Amino acid sequence: MAEIKKLNNIAPALILIVLVIGSWELISNFSDIPTYILPAPSAIVRALANNFGLLLYHSGYTFAAVLPGLSLAIIISPLLALLMDRFTFFKKALYPLLVISQAVPIFAVAPLILIWFGVGLLPKVLIVALVCFFPLTINLVDGFSQVDPEAIELMQTMRANRLLITRSVHLPSTLPYFFSGLKIAATYSVLGAIIGEWLAARAGLGIYMLRAMHSFRTVDLFAAIIVVVVLSLALFKLVELAGNLAMPWQRTDYEHPER
Amino acid sequence: MDCLVLKNIYSTYYSGNRLLPVLDGISLQVGDGEFVSVLGPSGSGKSTILKLAAGLLKPDQGQVLVDGEETAGHSQLVSYMPQQDLLFPWKTLQDNAVLPLLAAGLDRHTARARIGKLLPTFGLEGFADYYPHQLSGGMRQRAALLRTMMVDSNLMLLDEPFAALDALTRENLQDWLLKIWSRYRRSVLFVTHSIDEAIYLSDRIYVITERPGRISLEQKITLPKPKVRSMVTAPEFSLYKKILLEALHQETSWEDGGKIEGETF
Repeated sequence: MAEIKKLNNIAPALILIVLVIGSWELISNFSDIPTYILPAPSAIVRALANNFGLLLYHSGYTFAAVLPGLSLAIIISPLLALLMDRFTFFKKALYPLLVISQAVPIFAVAPLILIWFGVGLLPKVLIVALVCFFPLTINLVDGFSQVDPEAIELMQTMRANRLLITRSVHLPSTLPYFFSGLKIAATYSVLGAIIGEWLAARAGLGIYMLRAMHSFRTVDLFAAIIVVVVLSLALFKLVELAGNLAMPWQRTDYEHPER
Repeated sequence: MDCLVLKNIYSTYYSGNRLLPVLDGISLQVGDGEFVSVLGPSGSGKSTILKLAAGLLKPDQGQVLVDGEETAGHSQLVSYMPQQDLLFPWKTLQDNAVLPLLAAGLDRHTARARIGKLLPTFGLEGFADYYPHQLSGGMRQRAALLRTMMVDSNLMLLDEPFAALDALTRENLQDWLLKIWSRYRRSVLFVTHSIDEAIYLSDRIYVITERPGRISLEQKITLPKPKVRSMVTAPEFSLYKKILLEALHQETSWEDGGKIEGETF
């Protein structure tokens, strides 16, 4: 029954995708739109298969920036959010700045970072960290401010020390906010790395895309897009999985083993 | 010695920028092993009384003494059960219940073992590893009471623990609470807006008026113990009910007296 229900949920999207790809294939094959404008889906799949090794190689470079960048954001954001939660002064000073900083497009900041930190791996890591940093920090700050004061009062009547209160109230009630921020950050992270690579890099999916663009190999550009989408989705799913493991009480499908 | 004494308490709070009086000269005490109820309409500052007793709030005037010592608005080690059960949704039943033991410095293993032994008494056997959202309303209240009892304090402060339950579950839990209470003999300050609940459970009842809260009546209840459910139809019970109803409506006009819950039989 559960499988049928699941199928029912994804069926509409699936049908739409099949329809779109089907008509796309037909249009590409039976109209005179040149392939450098709109290559057929079948050609894209072939390009993907033929250059799979190369795409994997470039993905490796991109991930070399994504993973440390995301990790950096995961380490720095909670520290900053904690500071902002504990000291109202910090929050008042930093929160507006954080929001304003988001109005500056990353495309404008990225060249600066390259000038300051060279063209190696470091600037890309920093760009990724920068894009991931905002959704994580803002979510965490909101999460900390949503902690139920009554829960803390209850713990105080038990004469619980600060560590126990933090461990059993602050952390778990902030976790959902952390993971929803992380989901956004994870999808941004690949984008951040690619922007960094567009500006200056030797390899990476961004470079692969640039090269495809410069030589009008539109089909390879599409193949790279598919890889980017798959990688972003994989990261997203990974975060979701980690969230389920870290917050078993949030799982809607949670069934007690003895039931 | 009285376990809890409130002397001439004045308490206010800010609503927007207006200072509103909540409690206006409240004095009450809870004797050792006594079950005392505070009965009043919603918004009469009943919860404030408990927060003051727990040291979570500081009175603007007056004294709060727990076991003869003044609290001065410092949080006290008390068994406090707030209005919502406040079981943490991220912790299983047993991990919620061990919190007071962990706060007292016990290690998790010993604490869990102690909870495990108590689960049958609280009608929760086999549910140790369930999350609160998987439990029924009555079970959640029993779990919250179990956690409350785990605080090693003689004073229990219960804030309308049964208000959200259906009538039948509520009556069952009242009987069950009396049983638990007669077994552990703690001093209880119980807040309720149900007249029947107050009469059935208490040794003594304070009736408190609508905001600002003042005590309009102190009533001793001398129904025979152990209490049985059939008592609620006895003439003495009805007499108490009449006295309490009158006290409740002294200052409340009948038009908006709907806030009082007086079940009919």
